[in-house]
Amino acid sequence: MFSDLLMIWSDQPGISLGIWLVVLITVLYLARLPAHQMLISTGRMVYRFMRSASRAFTKIERQAINRNKEVILAQGREATEKVIEREFTRVSEIVAKDLSRYPVLHRKLSDVIDQLEKDYESSTDTPPLPPEWLSVVQTISELPKQSDPLVSDILENIKEKVGKAHEETLKAYQKATGERHDILASMQPNWRSLSGKMDKAQTAVSISQERAEAIDRHMEMYKAIRDGEDKAARALTASSLTQFFIAGLVLFVAAMGGLINFQLIAMPMSEMVGGSSYIGSLKTSNIAALVIILIEIAMGLFLLESLRITKLFSVIGHMDDKMRKRMMLITFSILFILACIEASLAYMRDLLALDREVLKQSLIGSSVLEAEFRWIPSIGQMVMGFVLPFALSFVAIPLESFIHSSRTVLGVISVAVLRVIAIALRLIGGTANQLCKIAVYLYDMVISVPLAIEKLIRHVIGSRTREPGKQKTEPASAENSKAMYVDETGKKPAKKTARKGRRDTELLDDDLAFGKS
Amino acid sequence: MNNRIIMKIGLTLLLTTALIACSQNTPSNRAVYLLIDTSGTYAEELSKAQAILNYLLGTLDSGDSIAAARIDSGSFSEKDIIAKMTFDLRPSMANSQKRQFKSRMDRFVDRIRYGSAHTDITGGVLQAAEYLNETGAGEKYILVFSDLEEDLKRGHIRNFPITLSGIHVVALNVTKLRTDNIDPRDYLNRLAAWQQRVIDGGGDWRVVNDLDRLDTLIAAR
Repeated sequence: MFSDLLMIWSDQPGISLGIWLVVLITVLYLARLPAHQMLISTGRMVYRFMRSASRAFTKIERQAINRNKEVILAQGREATEKVIEREFTRVSEIVAKDLSRYPVLHRKLSDVIDQLEKDYESSTDTPPLPPEWLSVVQTISELPKQSDPLVSDILENIKEKVGKAHEETLKAYQKATGERHDILASMQPNWRSLSGKMDKAQTAVSISQERAEAIDRHMEMYKAIRDGEDKAARALTASSLTQFFIAGLVLFVAAMGGLINFQLIAMPMSEMVGGSSYIGSLKTSNIAALVIILIEIAMGLFLLESLRITKLFSVIGHMDDKMRKRMMLITFSILFILACIEASLAYMRDLLALDREVLKQSLIGSSVLEAEFRWIPSIGQMVMGFVLPFALSFVAIPLESFIHSSRTVLGVISVAVLRVIAIALRLIGGTANQLCKIAVYLYDMVISVPLAIEKLIRHVIGSRTREPGKQKTEPASAENSKAMYVDETGKKPAKKTARKGRRDTELLDDDLAFGKS
Repeated sequence: MNNRIIMKIGLTLLLTTALIACSQNTPSNRAVYLLIDTSGTYAEELSKAQAILNYLLGTLDSGDSIAAARIDSGSFSEKDIIAKMTFDLRPSMANSQKRQFKSRMDRFVDRIRYGSAHTDITGGVLQAAEYLNETGAGEKYILVFSDLEEDLKRGHIRNFPITLSGIHVVALNVTKLRTDNIDPRDYLNRLAAWQQRVIDGGGDWRVVNDLDRLDTLIAAR
């Protein structure tokens, strides 16, 4: 068919092809103007459409950013309020515990100080001084020996009496000094007590000061959040991302624990619900085991919710204390029962595995050996079956963090996706526009021969009809194709003036348009 | 807000589970009927039949059915069924039933002294098909432990088409006879004839002579 069409002009393919080329180039030359218009307008249309779509996506992205910021600030505000509330509670406890006893402490300190003053005064009492007549005794003792024995006896007696009196006085002095030392020694515990009480007071004051500083920090953060500062939003986003990954890691560990738990109870569950029953493609016993584990997790959630450790269910959080305690008791009871069931199932699993092994051994004809210390794995399995449900119940804590932080993470991901789409649309639009422009040049390249002829003819006609002062007629070319369109349509191209305060997106659009003129 | 998110996650999980559950068909239970040739010299191969049976007992699960019957002069009879059982849904009970089945089979093997005079394989296959269809199992197997040389008693009519739709027929340990050694075409013709008969009946035919490859005997669940 194609060859017939090709050979329509001549039997010789070369000639026929040549004629076809001439026809084609002629047609292309004649259709040059509308073809150029079509290509350029198509490029512009794609470019504008893509730019509009990109702007729409950018707008959605901005909305998403604002929404994310609102969400993260709201979460941060709530969290900071809780932290500040907790700090105030701590300060209140410190005040109630330590500073409320300050009057008592003050009184005790006053008492101790009074006691110390009294003791001090007591210790300053002057001891009895030796009597002045001691100098007389001294004088007497220094008198020369008398020959008169009577006088000598009298003097000896006086000396003896005075010596005795001196010894008594010295003893009294020593006693008084000892009493003063005792008083001073009794002051020591009072000093220690005073020092201890002062230390306690200092500790209480320093703790209060630390709490006050922490409150100041949190209040600054709260103020930043309330003012909607970007810095605060960024800090909260980073914190949320960290929370997301940590909570995800803990959930993964919990999932592994759940898997072990599943393996522990799936086989013995077939004793309860049958080993050959299926729901869809899944064994009923496996589904039953899974349901038990999920119920345990649910009970754990409710238990931690009742304990007000997590706040996933507002209904439980709003319950009055009496009802909440009842709920706590019920959920714990169910959890305990399920843990007992799991322990028994784990034991049954061990028995079943043993029975199956014995059967296999008998089928292959070998004797069954009684393994020693078989009770150790049996008890281990039972303990695992009992402990794992309680361990799984704590999954509520990372789950809450994960859910809270996932909102932020999803928001960040959606913003990133929207941004990528917007940039991709701009790139596609700009590329399409430029490709159409390249196509215009290619078009002219194909019909370069008739264009050259036209240029020559115009040049000849122009030289003949040229008049002095008249402008030279420009040959039609791709460069001035726009001028041709202007001539055809009779409209002047609107000059683009540089607008002040253009948006970044428009600048980017211009860049992508590769020198849109 | 949190409740709404949790509800959404829960609903998604439920829907996913439901879709997974509905996307595949329910696996069905299995029923196996083992025909043991006790005629002539083939009775000496009974220890191999015991090994096959032990493999089956180890492979079959709760809810599956198994029956063992002998091929003698007139096999289309319930009297030839050595033991039949559908295992309990509880694995512990199923294990106990497997022990019972094994002990019955052991007793039967111990009691066999002489082989039967004739070999009615078709009768046994008919009896097996009847039993298997009654079990309503999803996967049905007839395991024929025989040399496939049929030797009917005078007056017994077995040359009619048999219906074996949906039944996998597996010939096990098809031993070569003395005459097969002289002309192997006899052996090949014998196998081909049985294959044709089973396929015409709507069944599926397979031969497993290497008893070390029993793992391909029935589909694992």
